[in-house]
Amino acid sequence: MSERNTTTTHSMSPSRLLAVLAVLLSHTVAAGFSWAAGDYHTVSVADPYLEMHTGPGRGYPKFHVVDRGEVVEIIKRRTDWFLVRDAGGAEGWVDRAQMELTVSDGRNIEFADAGQQDFTDARWEGGVLAGDFGGANIISVYTGYSLNPNVAVEVWGSQILGNFSNGWMGSVNVVHETWPEWRISPFFTLGAGAIHTEPKSTIVQGEDRTDQVAHAGAGVRIYATRRFMLRAEYKSYVVFTSRDDNEEVEEWKVGFAFFF
Amino acid sequence: MESRFRVLFLAMLPVVLGLSGCAATKNLFGMGEEEQALPPAEAPSPEQVIDPQVERRDIREPKIDTENFEIGAFAGVMSIEDFGSDLVYGARLSYHITEGLFVEGTVGQSEAGLTSFEELSGGAPILSEEDREFTYYNLGLGYNLFPGEVFLGEGRAFNTSLYLVGGLGSTRFAGDDRFTVNVGAGYRFLVTDSIALHLDFRDHMFDTDLLGTEKTVHNVEAHLGMTVFF
Repeated sequence: MSERNTTTTHSMSPSRLLAVLAVLLSHTVAAGFSWAAGDYHTVSVADPYLEMHTGPGRGYPKFHVVDRGEVVEIIKRRTDWFLVRDAGGAEGWVDRAQMELTVSDGRNIEFADAGQQDFTDARWEGGVLAGDFGGANIISVYTGYSLNPNVAVEVWGSQILGNFSNGWMGSVNVVHETWPEWRISPFFTLGAGAIHTEPKSTIVQGEDRTDQVAHAGAGVRIYATRRFMLRAEYKSYVVFTSRDDNEEVEEWKVGFAFFF
Repeated sequence: MESRFRVLFLAMLPVVLGLSGCAATKNLFGMGEEEQALPPAEAPSPEQVIDPQVERRDIREPKIDTENFEIGAFAGVMSIEDFGSDLVYGARLSYHITEGLFVEGTVGQSEAGLTSFEELSGGAPILSEEDREFTYYNLGLGYNLFPGEVFLGEGRAFNTSLYLVGGLGSTRFAGDDRFTVNVGAGYRFLVTDSIALHLDFRDHMFDTDLLGTEKTVHNVEAHLGMTVFF
């Protein structure tokens, strides 16, 4: 195209020259834009073909096929699906298994996919559990940091909702996982914290109070899928009250968590 | 009573300490070495496009925009049992784990009206203005039960999904926090690949003895929302 432009320029009138310049300029600007917008990673198809679905899910119909050797841009990722655009401008969703059969700079691509190994090795985790705390309902959130695959430190915050009183509890735990590489991995835990109790308004003599607690417990972490796990645990608490007797409370909880 | 806890505590210590030691012995038995032992690759056959000798993991996740989170706001109508219906509004945050499964947290607020009794008798109100505020939070799981597409005219298709949600949380109403179970269903309509409209129905259930006898109340909410994937 540029060759034809240069060979024909000398016979052009000024107005036509201006028009050609404008076209060339607009092409350059457009190219600049598409480069800026096309800051996406490009890969070429190594599989016989790449199938594009209309949506990010197994059930969405395949509407377009990109042949081997063609280049596609990866626009975004949602769970295990990638939105890609081919040279002709067709956009569609491709699953991870097919995307891994593309090449970039002559090398295969591997997309991050959390698996059971990450379940063992991940540093951070956090989750939500609910259950029974001495007859009351409890909802807890926690975040944990692994010092090594076996030992982790966790911070917990809980809301306790009972018939006679409500409350909050915060605690710090040390967790020991004996077989972190198992899909169903048991753990033991020790910890301490504080509990704040507010008796319900219908109870006349109640008084707000804050006490220290210590606990020991055990449970299991069960790897489910990707970054997702299930967790169930039992803890036995002792509440150091200002009265003569310390209170003992048993807690059962189940919930889900993520690791990062 | 206390001794039970103490025994448990003391019994745990040697177990925990002993097992920490086990981690160190793991390598002695070669348990941690499953990753190696890939056989040396053969010479590539002529038709093979990919050279099998290429080491994988060379490109570990090129920088790709991942959009697994969904955040947004909603507004609608909530029927608070015995206290009439009123505006409800709130916010939601979801994380999509797989194409089907997501976790979701919502917070919302509404205001209770008058009970029929208060309306008819014209007497003293049961609750103060402050206690009529109804706020909730909820943490739960959702599942895209029926993903699909809708078509507008001949040339436009939008991705949609009918999903179920269920979760646990707490409701503050009438000066008290109550453990709340939440179930519902919703419809997600993706206007673009990143912006979605929602129509949701939720039932917030909790036990209360506010009007005399203890009962489970159903507080049904219908709302419209908008979310953005990021």
